[in-house]
Amino acid sequence: MDQVFYTLQDFMTHTESVTYLLVIATLVGMTLFWLFLTGKDED
Amino acid sequence: MSQVTTGEQRSIFSLFNFIALIVLGMGVYLTYLRFTGGLAAVTNLSDYNPWGLWISFDLLCGVALAAGGYVTSAAVYLFGMKKYHSAVRPAILTAFLGYFLVVLALQYDVGRPWRLPYPLFVQQGTTSVLFEVGLCVATYLTILFVEFSPAALEWLGLKKARNLVVKLTILLTIFGVVLSTMHQSSLGSLFLIAPSKLHPLWYSSYIPIYFFVTSIIAGLSMVILESTFSHRFFAYKMDATHLKEANDITLGFGKAASYVLAGYFAVKVMGISSANNWHYLKTGYGMWFLVELLGFVALPSVLYAIGVRIKSTGLIKWTSVLAVFGVILNRFNVCLVAFNWQLPPDERYFPRWTEIGISVFIIMIGLVLYRFIVTRMPILYEHPDYKDAH
Repeated sequence: MDQVFYTLQDFMTHTESVTYLLVIATLVGMTLFWLFLTGKDED
Repeated sequence: MSQVTTGEQRSIFSLFNFIALIVLGMGVYLTYLRFTGGLAAVTNLSDYNPWGLWISFDLLCGVALAAGGYVTSAAVYLFGMKKYHSAVRPAILTAFLGYFLVVLALQYDVGRPWRLPYPLFVQQGTTSVLFEVGLCVATYLTILFVEFSPAALEWLGLKKARNLVVKLTILLTIFGVVLSTMHQSSLGSLFLIAPSKLHPLWYSSYIPIYFFVTSIIAGLSMVILESTFSHRFFAYKMDATHLKEANDITLGFGKAASYVLAGYFAVKVMGISSANNWHYLKTGYGMWFLVELLGFVALPSVLYAIGVRIKSTGLIKWTSVLAVFGVILNRFNVCLVAFNWQLPPDERYFPRWTEIGISVFIIMIGLVLYRFIVTRMPILYEHPDYKDAH
């Protein structure tokens, strides 16, 4: 992740790609975490 | 005054009163030094470091830790979670005292307290974020006073006035949430003006969102922590409803805090990613950032979640200490540690003992006022004349 960026386009493409992947991971992770948190509510 | 006694009378010759007397005496002396000798007499503040302990701790931490008021009243009155009702009055009281002490502490930092109304009534800086913060805090402190007043009016036996104020509850709660959303985030916005002074790992264009989300974490955790202390020291004042609902409050608020902490962790990581700041993580500041992020955000989130799963109120209560400390650490990092990070070490700021003394003095004023109110007014119990009336 320490590569040199020559243009703003390069920079945005790289950072936005990584961020979008993190967003997807967050959406999945937060859903699973919610299921973990509420898993024993019925008990 | 309608005095309702739900426990034994305590002696005034207690250890707490003894310590309070010493701290308050020291505080009066330091106050004299501050207002006769100026900032230089009691602080290490300089042109490089005009904001020190009083802003980072008394103001930034004070406002965040007082967020329990809007979080709890929103949960109960706006989201209809009536099972947390007994947490509302203690949370509103803590918030009211918290904001009152913030304004008090600000007088030490700004000086000339008689000019406090100037930004609002004489010379408005409408383009400044600080003006919005000042306006919001002044309005919200007034709203918190009105929200708290039913307890005082019940204590004073003023039924008509009390009933009138209770009718305004929903309106006040909505105002409280709107104003808190605005100024909690705006305290973060203050740092948007200093991208070159704040370390890139803490600086982000999302910093207003970080401040707002951490205020929710602080609010939820403070309600748990405050409830723990109230049970420890004021259990004799609590009625059956408060004692019965305590576990539900701890579990419910612990669950909410766990989820908000997880969300905060995610947006912090996205903040690093969107600015491509990964390479800073390998530096000394990066290590410290990871200590904050993993030790005081991720860890409390996991511990809260485990506490909720195994229904361990003890674990949740201990975790609330960690989470509250995490929010304090974050404000210290943003305002002191990572601020002016490029200055040479001899130009960096470290508070003088007198600054710490005045902060301790202000906290002690809060503790004394809290104790005075809780032992007299219906905060931890329902007044017998108004059972189930709210």
